[in-house]
Amino acid sequence: MVEKRHIVVVGLNHKTAPVEVRERLAFSSEDTPHVLESVCQCPSVNEILLFSTCNRVEFLLATQDVAKAVEAVKDFMAEFKKTPLPSFEESLYVYSGDQAIRHMFRVASSLDSMVVGEPQILGQVKDCYGQACDHRTCGVVLNRLMHRAFSVAKRVRTETGIGDHAVSISYAAVELGRKIFGELEEKAVLLIGAGEMAELAVEHLVNNRARPIFVANRTFERGLELAEGFRGTAIRFEEVRDYLKEVDIVISSTGASDYILVRDDFKGLMRARKNRPLFFIDIAVPRDIDPEINRINNVYVYDIDDLNNAIQENIDERQQEALRGERLVDGAVIQFRRWFQGLDVVPTIVDLRAKVEEIRQRELKKTFAALNSVSEEDRAAIDRLTAALVNKILHDPTIFLKQSGYKERKPLYVDITRRLFNLDEGNGGKSEG
Amino acid sequence: MNLLFALTIICYLASSLGYQGYILFQKRPIHRMANIVLWVGFLSHTAVIGLQCVESGHIPVQNLHETLSTFGWAVVGVFLALQLKYHLMVLGALAAPLATLAVVIASMLPRPPVELAPLFKSLWRSLHLGTLIVGNAAFAIACSAGILYLIQERAIKDKKPGFFFRRLPSLKLLDSVGYASLIVGFPMLTFGVITGVIYAQMVRGRFWSWDPGEILGAVTWLVYAVLLHERLAVGWQGRRAAIMTIVGFAILLLTSFLFFLR
Repeated sequence: MVEKRHIVVVGLNHKTAPVEVRERLAFSSEDTPHVLESVCQCPSVNEILLFSTCNRVEFLLATQDVAKAVEAVKDFMAEFKKTPLPSFEESLYVYSGDQAIRHMFRVASSLDSMVVGEPQILGQVKDCYGQACDHRTCGVVLNRLMHRAFSVAKRVRTETGIGDHAVSISYAAVELGRKIFGELEEKAVLLIGAGEMAELAVEHLVNNRARPIFVANRTFERGLELAEGFRGTAIRFEEVRDYLKEVDIVISSTGASDYILVRDDFKGLMRARKNRPLFFIDIAVPRDIDPEINRINNVYVYDIDDLNNAIQENIDERQQEALRGERLVDGAVIQFRRWFQGLDVVPTIVDLRAKVEEIRQRELKKTFAALNSVSEEDRAAIDRLTAALVNKILHDPTIFLKQSGYKERKPLYVDITRRLFNLDEGNGGKSEG
Repeated sequence: MNLLFALTIICYLASSLGYQGYILFQKRPIHRMANIVLWVGFLSHTAVIGLQCVESGHIPVQNLHETLSTFGWAVVGVFLALQLKYHLMVLGALAAPLATLAVVIASMLPRPPVELAPLFKSLWRSLHLGTLIVGNAAFAIACSAGILYLIQERAIKDKKPGFFFRRLPSLKLLDSVGYASLIVGFPMLTFGVITGVIYAQMVRGRFWSWDPGEILGAVTWLVYAVLLHERLAVGWQGRRAAIMTIVGFAILLLTSFLFFLR
């Protein structure tokens, strides 16, 4: 007996939770396999995907029991992150059904991003999906959903102007740099850590003729690699403090769980710099740069939330294009729903046939037991006759259920069919007993 | 001449409105108009001052009316000169109203006939006041740049980039303008103080008489001297320099006020 599956999203994002909460609940990519496997072991969870980027932590589930699955995920987060559930439960949202489908499409299409239309999110979603595939926690439902999401995202990008104007974190960083330094030409840049967004920001700065570029990475080899890309110099992670005397713009994006620069590191530094301004762009979540540092004269610290606020106005201009994107998403949601509901019809038809076949076998057995004198040949004929009867009777209902002319009422018809033939009796009996 | 002065006032007023409008609406044509009008006003003002010079044979700094008018002229002059180098459009929104205020007040003041002192003495006086006025104008611009700097710095530090963030130029530019104005103003101030001391000797027979005006004047000079030194030696810049520029100008205004009360 196949049970109906539901698609559910449980999570929080930049709109519902401040960076303090997000950084506490973010899962690193090393955590992910363990998380996927642990949650997948819950009996109510059939399929699972985990998205953890700096702006969102979301679980995408396929489940038979929405309430139980949501409960399980919430408890898991609280336990794994050693954070009491009430401290973040308010930030969590739960979407199911169409809402969940729409949400995933919107996320992949960058309609739900902090910077609407930013291109990085699709890559991040693909990475997360890849991890779930590697660990086989995705099944038929989520696979289909994600592939749909990717194709919707592609359509939104190519058919709307959502990505036309370079409004993004890195663009905001360059803009701010200009407001502080005037020209970015000959401004020294230090990249700490790595990451797509950070590297993009450095690239933007290089395009504005900022140089020289220094790269500090915990693994020196990775630093060398990155530095080569920017025609910069790799320095050792321990040297970062010394280089603060020389650089003008610092972009930080490490996976460190604590601040890598605190206010004490700046004693005497500004004097040594002759008070030249210093601009920190902290893209990391959890944050790398102590926000207290922003209080120092001529030092400016922007974390990811600050940057996003800074470009809010530009985002508003994108809303029009985003609306067209929403329409594409709406269409895709309807399409997907049709497929998903068809998924419910198939098990119903299977159940129906199974039930009638069972009745036929039972009655045949009874009849043959009473008729001792029937030849083997006649038995086969009676068998064929009953099978044909069953097929003919079930033919029209099957066609009716499979046909796609009445999208909205399909769940109703499936429901009626199940009740009419009492297809769920086994279930009911079990739970009562 | 009165007609020219009226034209000057009208031009300054119109230009002030234009610069405010530019800040509000961010339309380049408005700025260009404001700039042209300000140039027209400046030229007519220059003509007024030139005529006054020819008429009296002195730099027109002999009474409060002339002094204020010349101050307004110098503010516009310094602003336009800086504009050529830095293209700092929004500064006009502070400089033009300041000049307007100066000429409007000047136009309302009585114009007592200038009593002509012996030529040598009055030459010193003209030299003393003339340089001080140009110096003051430079410091007024520095103060305006300082105010704009503080507004912009606040916007960036508080991470609330809004109305001003979009409209004001970079911190670097505002700081540079403040610095350039300081470089122009300080030698003028120094020269003005020296000629003032000599003038005092001529008029009162004493170089220094410890009256509040003189003491405050010395304090003003010290404030600017310290600021300039810190900028050159330690690389002071940004917020602290901006605040000190504003404080310096406040003391400067007070000093000028005290001197005119005498």
